[in-house]
Formats: sequence, C-alpha cells, structure tokens
Amino acid sequence: MKKFLTTLMMIGALASGMSALVTLPAHALVEIDVNKGTIEPLPIAITDFEGAGLGAEISGIVSADLKRSGLFAPIDNAAFIEKISNPDAAPRFDDWKVINAQALVTGRVSQEADGRIRAEYRLWDTFAGQQLAGEQFFANSANKRRIGHIIADAIYERLTGEKGYFDTRVVFIDESGAKNARKKRLAIMDQDGANVRYLSNGGAIVLTPRFSPSRQEITYMSYEGGQPQVYLLQLETGQRELVGKFPGMTFAPRFSPDGQKVIMSLMRDDGNSNIFAMDLRSRNTTRLTDSTAIDTSPSYSPDGSQIVFTSDRGGGSGRSQIYVMGADGSNPHRISFGDGVYSTPVWSPRGDLIAFTKQSGGQFQIGVMKTDGSGERILSTGFQQEGPTWAPNGRVLMFFRDQAGGPKLVTIDLTGRNEQSIPTANYASDPAWSPLLE
Amino acid sequence: MRRIAKLAANPVMIALVASLALAGCASKKTPNSAADLGLGAGAATPGSAQDFTVNVGDRIFFDTDSSSIRADAQQTLARQAQWLNKYSQYRIVVEGHADERGTREYNLALGARRAAATRDYLISQGVAGNRLKTISYGKERPVAVCDDISCWSQNRRAVTTLSGAGS
Repeated sequence: MKKFLTTLMMIGALASGMSALVTLPAHALVEIDVNKGTIEPLPIAITDFEGAGLGAEISGIVSADLKRSGLFAPIDNAAFIEKISNPDAAPRFDDWKVINAQALVTGRVSQEADGRIRAEYRLWDTFAGQQLAGEQFFANSANKRRIGHIIADAIYERLTGEKGYFDTRVVFIDESGAKNARKKRLAIMDQDGANVRYLSNGGAIVLTPRFSPSRQEITYMSYEGGQPQVYLLQLETGQRELVGKFPGMTFAPRFSPDGQKVIMSLMRDDGNSNIFAMDLRSRNTTRLTDSTAIDTSPSYSPDGSQIVFTSDRGGGSGRSQIYVMGADGSNPHRISFGDGVYSTPVWSPRGDLIAFTKQSGGQFQIGVMKTDGSGERILSTGFQQEGPTWAPNGRVLMFFRDQAGGPKLVTIDLTGRNEQSIPTANYASDPAWSPLLE
Repeated sequence: MRRIAKLAANPVMIALVASLALAGCASKKTPNSAADLGLGAGAATPGSAQDFTVNVGDRIFFDTDSSSIRADAQQTLARQAQWLNKYSQYRIVVEGHADERGTREYNLALGARRAAATRDYLISQGVAGNRLKTISYGKERPVAVCDDISCWSQNRRAVTTLSGAGS
C-alpha cells in the first residue's frame, strides 16, 4: 500500500511550513519492494536543482542519501540527454526512458527576501509519463542539509511505501588518542556524518548514548566525579542531570518507547547487575530482575510491553545469551540458542526483529532474529564489531567495527548486502540513531 | 665492533650496565637501597604506593569471561592483604577490567564482577570492608593494546589502587 504525499507537514526546526505544489493520486508504475530478499537498485536520474550553488548542493545530498540506501542507483549526470531548463515543466520522458531512468527528480532552490531558502522538487515516473510528487520547503540557511534529507525521505517513501530515515541524527562516542589512553567524547551528527557537534569535553569517559524517542534528549553513562552513572542531557539547553541516586554503578541506559522511563543496569554489591526502570516524572524506580547473574543491555519492544536483555544467568559455556521478559519483569525466558555468545539486543522500531551482537568462532557478528529467537540471520561478520542501532524505519542497522587501530561506524541493511561506512573525523563507537526529526 | 654497535643500539641496556657498575661501587660504602641506583624493583620506600605496586604486586589476572580468583591471584591477594593490613592508613579502590573480546556493556558488568570478587577476597584476608571501594572500567582502559591473546590476558585484570589516607 502506497501513501501519497498529500499532507502538509510542519517541519519544526525549519521554522516554516511547506506546501505541496502538485500531487497526483496516480498509480505509480515505478516502485521498490523492500521485502524482497534481493533488491535491484532502481535507476533514478537526479538532476542538479536550479539555483546557483545551493541547488546542486541540495540535489547532491538527495542523490547521496538515496544511493547509500542501496535501493536506488542514481544515474551519472553525464548520461543525461535533456537539460532541464524549467523544473516545473514536464520533462521529455523519452529522453529519460532511453537512459533507463525509471524515476526523475527535478527541483529548484532560491533565496527568499527574508533570507530563508526555498526548495522545491518534483518526482516523475518516466515510463508512466507523470508526476508522482511535488513539494516545496522553506528553511533558514543553517538547515540547508536538512532540506536535502527531507526531500530524499519523501522520494524514498513515495517509491518504497516505507518511511525514510535520512532526516535523522546519530549520537555517538568520538574516540581519539592511543588505545590505552583513549579520549572519549559525546558527539552528535547527521546520519550521513555531516554537522558533527561535541557534547562533552573528553575529561571523563562517556559511553552508550541513546536518543529519547520523544524529545531532544539523550541518556548516557559517564565516569565524571569518579563514579560511573547514567545521566540525561537535554540537547537544546545542554542541561544535564543524574538519573537516580544509586549506591553502585548504573549503566546500559535506554529510554522506554514513550520517553517517560529510563531502563538500565545497576551493579549490586556482590558485583552482579540487575535491571531497573526509572519513571522520569515520579522518579520511582522499579527492580525488574533479581538474579545473581549479569543482567544488562535492556531494550523495550516498541509497544512497551516487553523487554529484551542480555544475561549470563544460564551459566555454562554459553555465557551471555538473549532473554525476553514482560515490562514488569515477568516470565523471563531465553530466546537465543545458536552456537555462540549473544549480547546487545535491540528491538526493532517495527517490532518484528531483534538485532544483536554474536561472538562465534573468534568473530563478532551483527545479526537479527525474530522476537521468539527463530529465523536468525547474520548480516555482517568481522574481527571486532558490536552495538547495532536501528534506523527509525527498521530497515537499516548502524554499528561500530574496529579496523585499522580503532572503531568506525558502519551501516548495513536488512538484506546484509548493502554495507556503507559513515565518515567521521576520528574513531567513533556506540552509535544510536534518532527518530525522524520533526 | 659488532658487540659495541649492538649495545649502542640499545640505550636501555647501556643504562642498566652503568647502574650496575655504580651499584658495585656504592655497595662498598653503605648498603644503599635499590632506589638510589635507579633500578626500580625493591627500590620503594616500605609502605609507599610504589612499594605496594612493585614489591607486592597491584594486579591479578582472570581467565576469559571469568571472575574466579585463580591460584596465582590468590597468592598475590594474600600478599596485598598482608601489606594493606600493615599499612592501614590507605583507602583502596579495586578496578575491574575486561579484555576487548566482549561487548561494551557486558564488559562493564564483567569488570564489576571481577572487582567485587577481588574485594571480597581481600576482605576474607582481613582487610576492612569499609576501606574498599570498587569501580569497573569494562574494556575502556586496556594496558596492552595488541589484537591477540598475549594482550587480552593482560587486560583481564583487577588492579588494587591506593587512594591516600582518609580520602
């Protein structure tokens, strides 16, 4: 079922609304079935948007996003026959069909009198000979890259029927310096590696940041003051606060789907760890596990009814495995039974899969399994890699892999065939994907 | 010629030879401590942090994914406890560490478990529990940085650190 971009969305941070130019309720011939095991990337022509400098920059962002998704194959501009002189007019579809461009994107970027950027795009189905979508956006110039990502998301959604994930950010740990004296800084960037901003100065070890699903807020662990504890950080104000007052180390935090709770591990005096949830409004904490084992890396199901976590309570040679329990701690049961050690389970935002790290045969693997543990699929194998995080549409995972002396960020889609590196200036680890921005 | 060239290429060796020569002379006058000779081992002032680190041994090692105190570690901890009981002015932080062959959060938990097991062993040897704290660094503070077993085994450790009296 395809959705049409008929609604006018308000993009909050863009400070202005946008309106659709034209949207025809056509039955598109061009489409991508993302549920197929093998996906042939769709040939798409993305013309340089009209408008000095900025136009081509923004269409370039659109092209790069779509290409990295693995679902689209942008055609080299040098092959274009028609030079688009008026992005509002219907193109000569035959000129695009002959170079096998099944979809065509045209657009224009201009500067408003008040300094804002205005960007318009049209998406054409060349074989059906019709326009599939057309929208315009206004943004202040600081958000120009977001315009490109928003247009890429719109095209992705129009042609796949799935929400995109390009207008998103990633919070991560920036790592620099020698391996035995690594400086770790909290950092945030766009999902494509642009616009890096540092959120801590590197004075204390920081680890495992995670996004709130509902607010511009992250939770993470820091060693500041000598006691490793879980904190909250408001991204807009920079305000920080400790999550609860506990006698021991707190770690492995993650938000509940409604953003009202933080679930995390608390180290007991005997050195073992249990899982607690803290309600951020009432500050009440609830103990969810009470075992003489390591219970950690909790992650809620998207409906908030269940929690998946890592535990070594089973003992033996299996070491840590993946367990699922009710959100109240009821009925914990093991779901991973493959040959290896499992950890870092993360529930897909779609609810259908759990991503994990598996150690097996001296390798580290990133994989997914159904929520009952069946249907395990390994997507990536490497010497040292871990920590998957889901794109908000549940189609792509980002994780970190040690290579050439330190960790770097990598994405892989659910087919396991489209792996992409995320460029970062320094080493980078512990990525956590934001929801789609609003 | 060959021999000299080889020595020249190894300044540590030369320094050591020089120190030993000095020791030979000095020993005729007074029984100096090794510290005066720049030799390190056995050199520290008794009761100093250096004494603890060098002469007692501040760290123990663990098997993969284990927090059991091995026999060799028990000997080290017994020596630590004896020393700590003698120099009771120190407070103690036991750091637990893991090698890199585990995921980050699990290794934080594993380091915590190793630190607690070490603390408990020291308590069993008579060290007062209220002098002891633990902290886990997971795999975030390796001492050995290669990508093989020789380094991983050094990183799976608990380190007993002294934090001055009354701190």
